Amino acid sequence: MIKENAMFIVIGIMFGGIAFGYFLRRVTLFQKMSNPIFYTILLLLFMLGLSVGANKTIMSNLATLGWQALLIAIAGTLGSIIMAKIVYNRFFREREKS
Amino acid sequence: MKGSLLVVSFFALGCLVGWSGYFPEFLLKGDVSMYVLYLLMFQVGISIGSDKKLKDILRSIRPKLLLIPMATMFGTLLAVALVSMLLPKWSLFNCLAIGSGFAYYSLSSILITQLKTSTLGLQMATELGIIALMSNVLREIMALLGAPLFVKYFGRLAPICAGGATTMDTTLPIITRYSGKDLVFVSIFHGMLMDFSVPFLVSFFCSF
Repeated sequence: MIKENAMFIVIGIMFGGIAFGYFLRRVTLFQKMSNPIFYTILLLLFMLGLSVGANKTIMSNLATLGWQALLIAIAGTLGSIIMAKIVYNRFFREREKS
Repeated sequence: MKGSLLVVSFFALGCLVGWSGYFPEFLLKGDVSMYVLYLLMFQVGISIGSDKKLKDILRSIRPKLLLIPMATMFGTLLAVALVSMLLPKWSLFNCLAIGSGFAYYSLSSILITQLKTSTLGLQMATELGIIALMSNVLREIMALLGAPLFVKYFGRLAPICAGGATTMDTTLPIITRYSGKDLVFVSIFHGMLMDFSVPFLVSFFCSF
């Protein structure tokens, strides 16, 4: 379904968008992108839901997948806030006191 | 918060429609969702490029501030690597691909499903994408709800690192409220860098 160069296409399109947005930055229409982005995200997730719902194996394993997801989410959040504390104490706290 | 509820309900609605089977067959082929993904990436690019604050933000950056997104990345990836040992079904790199969504659930889940289909097969790739979706939605919800606690026990930078790629939009209001208004540019800078790194890191880890 997809070739290895998909990631380059995706990243290339993003850079294209950055250049496009930068040249047309005075056009007010483009400064309010958060709504169209949100609608596109809704559309994408609806379609992802479609392929999940139509997939009987996944539907019967939803709880198992959920636990794995929760585990990774907790790990990611905890890991990043612990690192945040280390970075804050070592590099940012002193400056704020003085 | 309202936004992520809407996102979850659209996903659930899609599941229901997919389960019922009342939809045109061509929607299940990967091509359609891939073009929508391209559209999304173009829009994300436009929003970064046309941001009026882009120059101010770039000017106010000190090299030291790079430590914050670094903390988010290394903290997340180290902890996810540890936890991946509890998930024998998925390889270390599959778990790291999920972790490097940094709460950007829409993009990471779709990228993972698309990029992994050729090596894992459609079934496993879709499962991995679903785990990525749920895991990153959960991370955003944790960042939103946990912010006051994080500040109390882990310092003012903790809500920013927890928020991952969302600290320039959905979690920004919460962060400015609990970490302080002076960190608003730091939070946006962090979110932009993380946003930017998601497609790179996810595709990097998917290539193993």
